[in-house]
Amino acid sequence: MTMADGKKKDEVTGIETTGHEWDGIQELNNPLPRWWLWTFYLTIIWGIGYTIAYPAWPLVSGATAGVLGYSTRAEVAAEIQRFEDQNAAVSATLASSDLALLSPSDPAHQFGVAGGASIFRANCSQCHGAGAAGAKGYPNLLDDDWLWGGDLEAIQTTVAHGIRNETDPDARWSEMPAFGDILSEEEIVATAHHVLSLSDGDHDAALAAEGATLFADNCAACHMDDGTGDRQQGAPNLSDAIWLYGGDLDTVVTTITNARFGVMPAWGQRLSLADVKAVTLYVHQLGGGE
Amino acid sequence: MSLQGQSLYAAREPIFPRRVSGRFRSLKWWLMALTLGIYYVTPWIRWDRGPNLPDQAVLIDLAGRRFYFFWIEIWPHEFYFVAGLLIMAGLGLFLFTSALGRVWCGYACPQTVWTDLFILVERWVEGDRNARVRLLNAPWSATKARLRLTKWTLWLLIAIATGGAWVFYFADAPTLLRDLVTFDAPPVAYSTIFILATITFIFGGFMREQVCIYMCPWPRIQAAMMDDDTLTVAYREWRGEPRGKGKNRDGLGDCIDCNACVNVCPMGIDIRDGQQLACITCALCIDACDDVMEKIGKPRGLIDYLALSDAPREAAGMPPRPVWQHVFRTRTLVYTAAWSLIGVALLYALFVRADIDVNVTQVRNPQFVTLSDGSVRNAYDFRLRNMHGEDRPFRIHVTGDPTIRAALEGTVYESVEVPANETLQQRVYVTAPQSSDPASDEHTEIRFWIEDLVSGERVYHDSIFTGRG
Repeated sequence: MTMADGKKKDEVTGIETTGHEWDGIQELNNPLPRWWLWTFYLTIIWGIGYTIAYPAWPLVSGATAGVLGYSTRAEVAAEIQRFEDQNAAVSATLASSDLALLSPSDPAHQFGVAGGASIFRANCSQCHGAGAAGAKGYPNLLDDDWLWGGDLEAIQTTVAHGIRNETDPDARWSEMPAFGDILSEEEIVATAHHVLSLSDGDHDAALAAEGATLFADNCAACHMDDGTGDRQQGAPNLSDAIWLYGGDLDTVVTTITNARFGVMPAWGQRLSLADVKAVTLYVHQLGGGE
Repeated sequence: MSLQGQSLYAAREPIFPRRVSGRFRSLKWWLMALTLGIYYVTPWIRWDRGPNLPDQAVLIDLAGRRFYFFWIEIWPHEFYFVAGLLIMAGLGLFLFTSALGRVWCGYACPQTVWTDLFILVERWVEGDRNARVRLLNAPWSATKARLRLTKWTLWLLIAIATGGAWVFYFADAPTLLRDLVTFDAPPVAYSTIFILATITFIFGGFMREQVCIYMCPWPRIQAAMMDDDTLTVAYREWRGEPRGKGKNRDGLGDCIDCNACVNVCPMGIDIRDGQQLACITCALCIDACDDVMEKIGKPRGLIDYLALSDAPREAAGMPPRPVWQHVFRTRTLVYTAAWSLIGVALLYALFVRADIDVNVTQVRNPQFVTLSDGSVRNAYDFRLRNMHGEDRPFRIHVTGDPTIRAALEGTVYESVEVPANETLQQRVYVTAPQSSDPASDEHTEIRFWIEDLVSGERVYHDSIFTGRG
C-alpha cells in the first residue's frame, strides 16, 4: 500500500519497501548498518594505500616498486644473512676445530653434520648420489672401504684437495699404468683371474696360478702381495668384496688393460674451510667412518 | 532507482539497558564471575612437572611445540586431541542449542560477557537508563566530559587486561608480566595485547549488539539447530494480548505495555514481536516482566522459557508438556551420544598412550650397502620420543634372524640417551654376514625392540631387511 509520504510498506512485516516490484514480489528495505558502509570505504582506502606502499601495479616489464621499497627477494636475502650471522660463531668454531677431537655432542659437530648434509646434496650428490651410495667409478661413501683412508683427517684432505685434478698441486694422485701396452692379452687375462681369486671370485685356478707371478712382478708394488692395496698410494684393496668399476672378469681385464683415472675436484678451492669440515663430518658419519 | 528519500543505510540506535534483578540476572552475574575468573586466573595457576618442564598449569608453548594442560602434555603428533576437543565443543553447542536455544549467546559468549561487564561499568559511572539517555542528549559540558572520560578509561583498563591475559597463555606468566612492565617482552606480545585490547574496547563499548546481529554467523546457524521443542525465551501472547495500559483491564490481557522487557534488553528488541535473529536469549526480559507481574498481582511467566510446540496447547487452556519431554528427544540424545563417544575415545587414547614413541624409517637410498667382508648392511632412521620429564636411556636390539646384528651410529653401546622431553634422531645399522639368508634373500621381516631402561617399558617396531635379492 502507498502511504501519504509516498513510501510503501509491506503489509505482512510492516517494513518499508524500496518500491521495487517484480511479478508482485517486493523488495523490503532492511537497511545495512552505516558502519558497514564505512568499513567498506575503509578497505578501499586501505587497498589504495597498500598498492602505493608495496609493489603492486603491473607495468610492461615488472611492476611498481612501492614507496616502502619492499621486495620478497630482499627479504629472503636478509633472512639468509640473519641465519648466517646467527651461525657465525659456531661456524668459526667448526673452522678452527680439530675434527678428531670434536665431540659428537658439541654444537659445532651437530652444525657440521646438518650443514654438511646440504653442502653434500648441492655439490657432491651429482657423482656420489643423493644417498652417497656412489655409482660405477664413483666411490660408495657408506661402506667401510676407503681408497685414501676413512678417518676424519683423510676424508678432509680428499675433500679439500680432490683427486687427480690439475688445479690443486696437493691433490691426491695415483696413476696405474695401462698394462695393455706392457703385457700381452693372455697375460692380462691370467692376471685378472689371479685378482679375482684374491676375493674368492669366479676364476680359473690354472690361469690364476699363472697370473700370480705376473701380479707379483707388475702389481704387488702398489697393491701389495696379498692384494690388500695401499692407502698411502691410493691403491685399491683387491681382496675385499667391493669393486669401484665392477668385479667380473671382463671389467677387471678392461681395468688392467686401460687403467682407470677417476677425478675429483679440489673442494677447498670452492668451499670455505668450515664447509669442507662440515661435509667431512657428514661423510664420516654415514656408516663407513673410521 | 527510486528510493523515495529512503536510505539503504541506518545509523546504530543507541541502547540503554536498564538495571534489572531476578534469578536470571543473578545467574548471569555468577556466570560472568566464573568465566572471567577462569580467563584471567588460569595462566597464573602453577603445576609442578619436574625440573625440565614449565610449571605453568595451562601453557601453549608454540616455540617448543607443546601444549600443557595440568597433568596432560600434548605433543604436535597428538593434535587429534585438540581436534577431538573442538568437535566436542561443536557438538556441545549443537546439543545446548537444540535443547535450550541460544544459551551460549545469552550466558557464555565472550561478546555477551564482556558487553555485560562494560554495561556494568557504564551504569556505575553514568547512572541507570534514564540518566544515560539524559547524558546522551545533554550538550557537552565539563560533567559530561568527565563522565565519558572516566567510563572510557575504565573500559580501556579492562580491555588492556583482557588482551594482556591472553598472552600469558603462551609464555610463563610471571616472567612475561615482568618483561611487559620493563619493556623487555617480545614485540609480538605487545602487538597482540594492542590488537585484542582495541577489539575488546570497540566490541564491548561501542559495537555490542551490532557484533551479534551483523558480524556473528551463529545467529544464522542456530536457526537450523532449533525446533519446536527447543526451550527458548518467548512471550505468552495468548495471555498478554491484547496489551494495554491502565487500571481498567476489561478486554485486555496481562501485558500492561510497560516496556520493562524492552528497556532491559541489551539488544534493544521487543521480545513480544516473537522469535527473532537479534534475540540472544539472555532472559533479562523474563526477570523484568516477572518483577512487574508480581507488583500488579499477576502470575509470573508472561515472558518465560517455553517450547513453541506448547504454545497452541497453552493457548487452548491445556497444561504444557513436562520439560523433560522437550529436553530428552531423539535429537538431543543423538548429540549427547556422539559427544560422549568422542569424549570416551579421547580419554581412552589419553590413558593408553605410551610414554615411548618410536618411528622407524628404513633408508632406501641405497636399499643396502655391501661391506668389504661381503656382509650386507641396511640403515634405519629412528625417531625416539621421550615424553618424560627426565633423560631416559633407550636400548635398541633387533630380532627376526639369528645372524643379524644391530649397531648404533656414533656409539659402541646398545643404548642411547634421549634427553628429557625431546625427540632424538638416531641411525641404526643392521648387518647380515655374507653367506646368511638375510644377506642373500630379497626381504627378511625383522622387528626392532626398544626398551626404556629406567621403566622397563618395551615397544617394538616391525620393519624389513633388504638383501641382495
